[in-house]
Amino acid sequence: MKKTQKEIEDSARMIGRRSLIVGGVFVGTGAVLAGRMRYLQVERADDFRLLAEENRINLRLLPPERGLIFDRSGVLLAGNEQNYRITLVREDAGDVDAVLDEVARLVNMDLRALERAREEIRRRPGFVPVTIADRLSWEEMSSVAVNAPALPGVNPEVGLSRAYPLGADFAHVVGYVGPVSDWYLEQTGDTDPVLQIPDFQVGRYNVEDKVEDVLRGRAGTSRVEVNASGRVMREVDRDPATPGGDVQLTVDAGLQNYVEARMSGESAGAVVMDCVSGEVLAIASAPTFDPNLFVRGISTTQWAGLNEDPYRPLANKATQGLYPPGSTYKMVVALAALEGGFITANETIPCAGSIEVGNRRFHCWRRGGHGRMNLLESLSQSCDVYYYELAQRVGIENISAMARRLGCGVRHDLPLSGIAEGLAPTMDWKRRRFDEEWVVGDTLNASIGQGFVLSSPLHLAVMTARIASGRALEPSLIRSIDGVRQGGEDAPGLGIDPAHLALVHRGMWQVSNDPRGTAYRSRTMGDAYAIAGKTGTSQVRNITAAERAAGVIRNEDLPWERRDHALFVGFAPFDNPRYAVSVLVEHGGGGSTAAAPIGRDILLRAQVGDVPPPELYPVGQRREIEAMHDSLPIFETPPVPSGRELTRA
Amino acid sequence: MSFLEYNVKSTPTGWRKILHLNWALALLLVSVASVGFLMLYSVAGGSFSPWAETQMQRFALGFLAMLIVAMVPIWFWRNMSVLAYVVSLLLLLYVEFFGATGGGAQRWIDLGFMRLQPSEMAKITVVMMLAAYYDWLDLGKVSHPLFVAIPLLIIGVPVGLTFIQPDLGTSLLILMGGGAVLFMAGVHWLYFASVIALGIGAVTAVFSSRGTDWALLADYQYARIDTFLDPSSDPLGAGYHITQSQIALGSGGWTGRGFMQGTQIRGDFLPESHTDFIFPTLAEEFGFVGAASLLLLYVLILIFCIATALMARDRFASLLVMGIAVTFFLYFAVNMAMVMGLAPVVGVPLPLVSYGGSAMLVLMVAFGLVQSAHIHRAR
Repeated sequence: MKKTQKEIEDSARMIGRRSLIVGGVFVGTGAVLAGRMRYLQVERADDFRLLAEENRINLRLLPPERGLIFDRSGVLLAGNEQNYRITLVREDAGDVDAVLDEVARLVNMDLRALERAREEIRRRPGFVPVTIADRLSWEEMSSVAVNAPALPGVNPEVGLSRAYPLGADFAHVVGYVGPVSDWYLEQTGDTDPVLQIPDFQVGRYNVEDKVEDVLRGRAGTSRVEVNASGRVMREVDRDPATPGGDVQLTVDAGLQNYVEARMSGESAGAVVMDCVSGEVLAIASAPTFDPNLFVRGISTTQWAGLNEDPYRPLANKATQGLYPPGSTYKMVVALAALEGGFITANETIPCAGSIEVGNRRFHCWRRGGHGRMNLLESLSQSCDVYYYELAQRVGIENISAMARRLGCGVRHDLPLSGIAEGLAPTMDWKRRRFDEEWVVGDTLNASIGQGFVLSSPLHLAVMTARIASGRALEPSLIRSIDGVRQGGEDAPGLGIDPAHLALVHRGMWQVSNDPRGTAYRSRTMGDAYAIAGKTGTSQVRNITAAERAAGVIRNEDLPWERRDHALFVGFAPFDNPRYAVSVLVEHGGGGSTAAAPIGRDILLRAQVGDVPPPELYPVGQRREIEAMHDSLPIFETPPVPSGRELTRA
Repeated sequence: MSFLEYNVKSTPTGWRKILHLNWALALLLVSVASVGFLMLYSVAGGSFSPWAETQMQRFALGFLAMLIVAMVPIWFWRNMSVLAYVVSLLLLLYVEFFGATGGGAQRWIDLGFMRLQPSEMAKITVVMMLAAYYDWLDLGKVSHPLFVAIPLLIIGVPVGLTFIQPDLGTSLLILMGGGAVLFMAGVHWLYFASVIALGIGAVTAVFSSRGTDWALLADYQYARIDTFLDPSSDPLGAGYHITQSQIALGSGGWTGRGFMQGTQIRGDFLPESHTDFIFPTLAEEFGFVGAASLLLLYVLILIFCIATALMARDRFASLLVMGIAVTFFLYFAVNMAMVMGLAPVVGVPLPLVSYGGSAMLVLMVAFGLVQSAHIHRAR
């Protein structure tokens, strides 16, 4: 169709008009786009720059090296050992199953571990290294390294994990570390970012737990540039982790080892204290367990074994266990009586084997009676009737006040997980606790460390150290933190007449050195090492009327769990007290037979500084003692102190 | 200089046509495409493979196609319009039944050396068809309902075919490009007013149909609209594209982080940064200055197109060139609006810059038509 000139002109005019409108739309839209560009890129540039940084930069936490724990002379008790492990990066491995089979051939991996590794590899992104085996031996590690060309994607790595070189000996002092559980986070409310590090371990028991804030250190950070899928492109900068502080304990590794060894086979607890400084030299509880088990992840069988053992290896009998102190409590009564002026050194009290108080008959351990007893004899022969009489004069309030002055029935704040408060009963206490009035029989029971009185071996060690030194020593367990000496100030005096203390010292000396003393068999030879002690035997059962009628049953004839507890406290050397000890043997029978020999051996070991030579023992016992020492699991050579600098201050 | 003189008296012949090409427009096209090469090189981490090299070859091919198309008189192309339109419809039908699937949509035919997207082709053939139609139609009948219904059918068929692929972005672009030709041809404004009113009604229907049995859009399309309206609602899910795109844009600042220094790109935070999201890449590395410069280049191309359209005394040529201009405009405006959070993510590439063969070739052929109109503008 041929168009006229007019039509062409009209068409052009129309297109021109409409194009103008379209052009206007172009311009308008262009302006909006440019405006938006300006808004995003100029006005809000800083906001978006920040968001881009957040995208790009990822903070990686660097685990701090946990502080070390040493004994008083620098023997390493808790260290960090290199943990050889192998990781696998899926996307580098190619055929994952083939590589895993090859790894399993080279290192010791059971089927379950293999299955776990396979599952973990499937679950994680392909570029993330997954630990497929850890705690490898050096040999395994070498064989992996040698076979590296056949193991694409496999990388040998070294991490740190807690290790307790002395194992079971220090479980009840140093404790152990464990993984961070949800329960732990909830309990502690701890928000330290370091806890988010996978496989990070925190102190869970004893010193490891209580001194966690010193030992843990501070996480470092590594700022890395990552891409959208989280792969690390490069490290931007790094703020290294601050290692935890080192802790030096007051305990003596050699002595601790000896005490644990000496008590092996028994269910027992013992504490050794320095009578000058109050420092705790050993806290042992037998049987014990290997804390390394808990670091590596304890199996249910192992856990059940520890948990169901009637000797309760997981309990710390030295600080957590509460027992009637038995006759070891008699020094408390004697000092209360002397200080109150209720008795003098020379006054004698007759013992006929029993006395009757308030319709009840109270027996002395010696049925036939001791005859007339003065204070010294009452201690060395442990006459019960003497203390029944004394207690009635002194009264429970004075006895318990003296007990607290000597450190019984109060809490001693050591950095350990289980610290029992103990009990020095008062009339008021009984009223509150049982809503019953105190009766004189309660006082008599308390006077021989029975009835309501409860102490832990730690209490008894503190009591002994205070009697020996005359000063209000507080036990301490931390010697220095990061080289800075802790404590060390002199303890104030007890305010007890030195003459009275000397009298009690003498009585205790007779216990261990007078032929009639209850611990005479456990004496030492040579005055330089002379021991002053006190035995105790505390009943764990009520003797029934039927039993009484049938006559006294010998401990050996009773089932283990109903036998008496055996106790011994003592200090040495007598002239210049340096070491105080308390020993408790659960259901051990009699204090003089079961506890006193252990207490004597510990005090000798502490004084000699090594396994005591036979010359220090009575002639007749030497062969037996030597045989015993040979059979004990004692260190062959003292562990080498670590090279790390101990004192920085 | 002859090629910029618009009131030429005679049409050049033979090899002299080359001299009469609009070389300024050609230079602009090369500039824009070069921006694309630069960015594809950067996105690949400083490498010509896999994208920049292929893109350069395609551009060279496209440039050659443009020259060839430009040499042929514009009236020849007018006569070819119906054929081109029918072929593109057949291809659209072909992909509907046999096309390769990618990203949940059937969009292309694999030709071996490139993937042909008939929907890209349809953008231009619809415009050609409409221009030819209005060239044939008496000016007086333009607003007659019957003669409005015919072009609506011409637009409606390819729009429907692309919509069911499903490719919402392209179908909208064809619809708007075709509508623009109708507008330019002089269809009465009341038609457009009623279409806009209908559009508003349709949007309401789309939203109210959501979740019912007769839902008009696929779930992922609803999701795109949702995240467009509030990208922060799901920053790691469906809103990820928009959020990361704006971060890339915004963090560029005035002058950008520098060539190859964009952290959003290096860290793969921005998906599809070589195709639909290449503009944020440019904006991140060259800042507002770079981004605005690209916008300016596009606007200059539009200006040359409009000038050509107004100078042409041929109704087909004017409408065709204006239609191409509008289509080109829609491409970059929708893409930029999308990456800047002003429009939903609908999958429209940045013309001549985004990696992709079909769009590049089709656009270069379209600019060949513009050049042809320019060369053969004499009365």
